[in-house]
Amino acid sequence: MSTLKVRGLCASAGGTPILNGVDVTVSSGEVHVIMGPNGSGKSTLSHVIMGRPGYEVTEGQVLLDGVDMLALAPWERAKAGLFLALQYPTEVPGVRLEDVLVESFRAAGRDDLQVSALLERESRRIGIEADFLERSLNVDLSGGEKKRNETLQLAVLEPRIAILDELDSGLDVDALHECSQRIEAMTNENHLGVLAITHYNRLLHELRADRIHVLIKGRIVESGGPELATELESDGYARFLPAAEAPSLGAADPFADPFAV
Amino acid sequence: MFSTEAIDQLAGPDWLQARRISALERAAETGLPSAHEEVWRYTPIGDLELGSFSPVLEAPASMHPDRSGIASDDVVAGSSVIVDLADGHLVGIANAEGVQGVRVELVAEAADGDDLLGRALPVAFDAFNEINLALAPSPIVIRIARGTVLDGPVVVRHRSAAADALTCSRVIVVAGENSEATVVEVHESGDERALAIPVTELVVEQAARLRHLSIQAHGTSVWQLGTQVATIDQDGYLLAAAVALGGAYARLRTDTKMIGRGATGDIIAAFFGDGDQTLDFRTFQQHVAPNTQSNLLFKGALDEAARSIYTGLIRIEKDAAGVTAHQTNRNIKLSQDAWAESVPNLEIENNDVKCSHASAVGPIDEEQRFYLESRGVPTDVAERLVVQGFFNEVLRQLPYRAVVDQVEELLTSRLQVGSDS
Repeated sequence: MSTLKVRGLCASAGGTPILNGVDVTVSSGEVHVIMGPNGSGKSTLSHVIMGRPGYEVTEGQVLLDGVDMLALAPWERAKAGLFLALQYPTEVPGVRLEDVLVESFRAAGRDDLQVSALLERESRRIGIEADFLERSLNVDLSGGEKKRNETLQLAVLEPRIAILDELDSGLDVDALHECSQRIEAMTNENHLGVLAITHYNRLLHELRADRIHVLIKGRIVESGGPELATELESDGYARFLPAAEAPSLGAADPFADPFAV
Repeated sequence: MFSTEAIDQLAGPDWLQARRISALERAAETGLPSAHEEVWRYTPIGDLELGSFSPVLEAPASMHPDRSGIASDDVVAGSSVIVDLADGHLVGIANAEGVQGVRVELVAEAADGDDLLGRALPVAFDAFNEINLALAPSPIVIRIARGTVLDGPVVVRHRSAAADALTCSRVIVVAGENSEATVVEVHESGDERALAIPVTELVVEQAARLRHLSIQAHGTSVWQLGTQVATIDQDGYLLAAAVALGGAYARLRTDTKMIGRGATGDIIAAFFGDGDQTLDFRTFQQHVAPNTQSNLLFKGALDEAARSIYTGLIRIEKDAAGVTAHQTNRNIKLSQDAWAESVPNLEIENNDVKCSHASAVGPIDEEQRFYLESRGVPTDVAERLVVQGFFNEVLRQLPYRAVVDQVEELLTSRLQVGSDS
């Protein structure tokens, strides 16, 4: 049983605060979903948890089973059991997936001779052609292929907690089905804990969510069961936004400061 | 500079001795270049004390031992011909059984030797080309007969071992009409301080397909001032590939001339420097004939306080319509102290051309490193994978897998050592 605890997390990019005190806890086997409008800090949250360069953590904690993740290099966080599926997986020319996974297994003290068989098994399960594994990592892959590739790596690496940054974006129906099925299975078979970030509900048709959290301006303003996602889909985020920003206002105050936040 | 007495001690027919003497005279007249000249800019050429090196005038009794393992007897076992040059002297030619259509001989002994010597380099670029002509003890010619398709490569192993030695070697390759072959030259030396001045002339005749790979794995106290000139005739194809790993200051000037209609030249290089090495590349892609193509890709990585210089010129002459020419140089700096200069240039005298040039110097890609790290790959290993991936674009195009495997192994171990420090 593992638990990822994010406590009062504040972070900024280039001096601009983006996360303003995020609290969320994900345990093994649970699926938590973070939803929110553009610019609410969803992707930043996932990046900061994994330690992507370009952000500064100003306050708060990220603990995995009590271990301070923020003090670790990204690879050590991965070794501790975190995985981040990126919204836009990075192209790494000339580097094969298998070589990366072998190095990862070695660093984690796992038997790297298993990698090839695991890759083969998982590619079949997720619907990835074998020749695709010989190509450079993410180079010349379609958006959907990249997401399948992220899911494949997730399945081979078997982390404790996976953070999925908009896994559903750029995925067609079939790919979405195969990727989310695989992850759903991992939550049951491997007790994988999931923190999924998404704009849309459609991921939740396949991946059964336990909790939905609404992120607005870098803070979780409401949490609830799966019914919250349904409400967000029909009503949008208007009720969570300050009145001045709600999109469906009548006549705007002509004296209001247009730059006010 | 050097006295003509040195030439008296070298063997050769009268025509060769006469050319050697006049080359030495021209060298003295021209004098050594200085870093004020554009083509020598950024180099430490002013530090060269030519007089502190002596030509090796007597042939060593046998080949020097293998240094790097890149072209050990085992590795090159599948070659068509193995040519051994020790301190520039020809000490062995081993022809594989049953191989036909390739002939290696001393230019001095060739009936058309006077005509061959300087076929691709009729006029010296600098005093070092003249010194090479004057003092190379055993210029050799590799001829691929017309219509021959050679399976195994021809391997030329240049090994030098004498301290404070000046080593000059000249290799001339003539790929006959409609022939196909691979020629690999490997330059190796030990820890001794030395100066190497190699010249390679590549003559690609009509519709011939020649792949040439030059690997420079000198010791870290060696200076190399190398020149390679190629002419490609009608519908001919040349892959001119270079790998540079060694040397204190190691220079390679590469001139590729598309002289026949439809000629194509692919010019690629991978280089890695660390310590206080300086690697220097000057490239010229000269399009004389119409409908010719050239593609250049030079990629380098520099660690510690290593430096690299790349300057390149694409020149399209007036009659060369319908030309496509590209030039790309990318450099990764693996440390704060590493330094790379990249200067691409175009000179176009015909409007009907497609040309591009690109250059970049920068640290390792932070996003790529993060991506690999986020999969659980330790930082230093992630960096090594990214750099190997960066080189892969060049390495996978290199001919002669057995030798390239050795190069990759050497490169990996150099990258590993770098990341430990």
